[in-house]
Amino acid sequence: MSATAEETPSAAPSTTPGNPILEVENLRMYFPVKSSGLVRRTVGHVQAVDGVSFQVEKGTSLGLVGESGCGKSTTGRMVTRLYQPTGGAIRFEGKDIAQTKPGDLKPIRREIQMIFQDPYTSLNPRHTVGAIVGAPLAIHKVVPRDKILPRVQELLEVVGLNPEHYNRYPHEFSGGQRQRIGIARSLTLQPKLLVADEPVSALDVSIQAQVVNLLQDVQKEFGISFLFIAHDLAIVRHFCPEVAVMYLGKIVEIADRDTLYERPHHPYTQALLSAVPDVKQAAIGGRRERIRLQGDVPSPINPPSGCRFRTRCQFAQEICAKVEPPLLQIGPRHKVACHFAGELGAHPATPVTMDVCGVDAQGSPVPGATPVEQLNKPGFDDRWYDLKTQQFTGR
Amino acid sequence: MDSMASRATEPAPSFLSVRDLQVHFPTSDGLVKAVNGLTFDLEAGKTLGIVGESGSGKSVSSLAIMGLHHGTNAQISGEIVLEGTDLLGLTPDEMRQRRGRDVAMIFQDPLSAMHPYYTVGNQIAEAYQVHHDVSRGAAKKRAIEMLDRVGIPNAQQRVDDYPHQFSGGMRQRAMIAMGLINDPGLLIADEPTTALDVTVQAQILDLLQDLQREFNSAIIIITHDLGVVAEMADDVLVMYAGRAVEHGPTNEILVHPEMPYTWGLLSSVPDVTADTDARLIPIPGNPPSLLNPPSGCSFHPRCPHKDKVPGDLCRTTLPDLVPGQRGPGHTKRCHLADPESIYQSEILPEIAPDLVEER
Repeated sequence: MSATAEETPSAAPSTTPGNPILEVENLRMYFPVKSSGLVRRTVGHVQAVDGVSFQVEKGTSLGLVGESGCGKSTTGRMVTRLYQPTGGAIRFEGKDIAQTKPGDLKPIRREIQMIFQDPYTSLNPRHTVGAIVGAPLAIHKVVPRDKILPRVQELLEVVGLNPEHYNRYPHEFSGGQRQRIGIARSLTLQPKLLVADEPVSALDVSIQAQVVNLLQDVQKEFGISFLFIAHDLAIVRHFCPEVAVMYLGKIVEIADRDTLYERPHHPYTQALLSAVPDVKQAAIGGRRERIRLQGDVPSPINPPSGCRFRTRCQFAQEICAKVEPPLLQIGPRHKVACHFAGELGAHPATPVTMDVCGVDAQGSPVPGATPVEQLNKPGFDDRWYDLKTQQFTGR
Repeated sequence: MDSMASRATEPAPSFLSVRDLQVHFPTSDGLVKAVNGLTFDLEAGKTLGIVGESGSGKSVSSLAIMGLHHGTNAQISGEIVLEGTDLLGLTPDEMRQRRGRDVAMIFQDPLSAMHPYYTVGNQIAEAYQVHHDVSRGAAKKRAIEMLDRVGIPNAQQRVDDYPHQFSGGMRQRAMIAMGLINDPGLLIADEPTTALDVTVQAQILDLLQDLQREFNSAIIIITHDLGVVAEMADDVLVMYAGRAVEHGPTNEILVHPEMPYTWGLLSSVPDVTADTDARLIPIPGNPPSLLNPPSGCSFHPRCPHKDKVPGDLCRTTLPDLVPGQRGPGHTKRCHLADPESIYQSEILPEIAPDLVEER
């Protein structure tokens, strides 16, 4: 069996369907923790993002969900190269931009833009809307100076603002309108990829829907790909055909939205989904049955060994502390990182990853067994590990 | 007079009874009518959910119940009767005696609501000492007890930590401990979980419900998340532009809403089980200015159903908060004659097609 497993990765190198515009592989971001005192030695690292791989296909959206501190915003900031990654690759249209020097980033900035969470702090209060939206045009010298204003007005119209308001200041607009200004600014250079970091969470409920609809229109009209970062599971499900769930700097599950929301296999995804309060509960009354997670997320400075979720996981066993579960593909478009992956209420009693990792049920290495080496590739393979038969199968 | 009459009709006086509460702020631009004629009752051990957008007056009315508008230029009228005493008639000193003991509040952002220079235990113990003549040691012991009760691990040691050493969920737990340390009859939770993640939110909501059962407190939970309301509240009050626009039992309001604004709130939030191809239906426009509120029904500029009302009624006349088709417990402020059939035929198919088939 391990022989089959061994062949698979080499037989099928990442031949993904479609056309990824962005491919992130084994991306890591460690922030140094300095000691106090005169000589500020580095005493440790916050492992904000630790080995994250995914793909964003052209014209679609990938959702990144997780709780605060799980590294989703850091991932977004690395993709836009506001941070320089500690390691790993960010391939944008095939070109690795992870270690590009700051001076050479200007052309990339035209292609990848960002929408920020807080429309109150992300707009310069001393600049007019026209100056804010037009600044990228001037900096990148896309159009001559006298053509900037017409283009700005065009953009304001696209996002549903009055084009005559170009000489107003941000404080004259409401939260939803400011977010529209932020979106207009990000569209100025006609980027191919937009990183939207919690674009609606600072807005009122009735305004959120307006902005989400606007983003969908923009995506359809200009064919922009989105990396959509949010903690609101319902919004992400609405916006993104593919969703990745992060926990403590790692992706624990990634799948198309129907699979992820209806048949989640990772205990954390299941707990996350069960925690969302449901309006429909009003008809039944009382609280919904939910999986209660105990305690808090551990510190990313000193994360738990093996599986990072094991300290709060009800299924955790010895193997979880010893061996880190690989992000294993278990369906055509479904990857999960758990030794006991299974549908809710049907988690297996023995680890499903024994063959893949070359260990026994307790997590001790089996002599002679070779672990499979595919496991942190971005995108999906044509072959996957079937949980029922414990074999690699394909289409 | 008003409240006397209404109390005569009820079998028992409510624990908390707010009658025609008005909170107005004079500003240089004119009078801001933040709360306009708010009336509701709350029984002990029950939960009221107040829902609305920012600026709808939900926080301002809860601050009025806490007596926290003293010393500002707010003009308050109406009655807030808590266990037979009108809180608005009290002097600031008398109110201070009650605040914390009879009414307590949990704020939205526990990091800014706690003092960064004092330890968590210090702040909780202080809340206890204000109302109880006990030594510092005894107050600290009580603080440790409360921290333990709200699920802070290792309370004995954590009591000496500063707020920044706590995580977001733990800070909110500490805030709840501080709010409940004097066993108040009424707890006002102003967006208690908005700053928290969903799993932590679930823990905090569980905790609030356990504590409510234990202490039989009445809770007012202010939120914009209809899911939280659906799971927590017995009654719901929907506010818009300083007025209650719909009020009734939770399952009535959320299953048979009769006010277009409530419909809008329900349809603009995606559901984790909804059809993903359906577009969200936002409420058009922006919340109104309270300086210069629209004439008639304040929701009419954003209301997609105003054409169904004969004449210009929505624009000219403010509808009363009266019972609709679904009995006296469910009141709404809308001119629509047959909201139930509009909801069933136009709104429900858009937001939950699966529910339509079941009927």
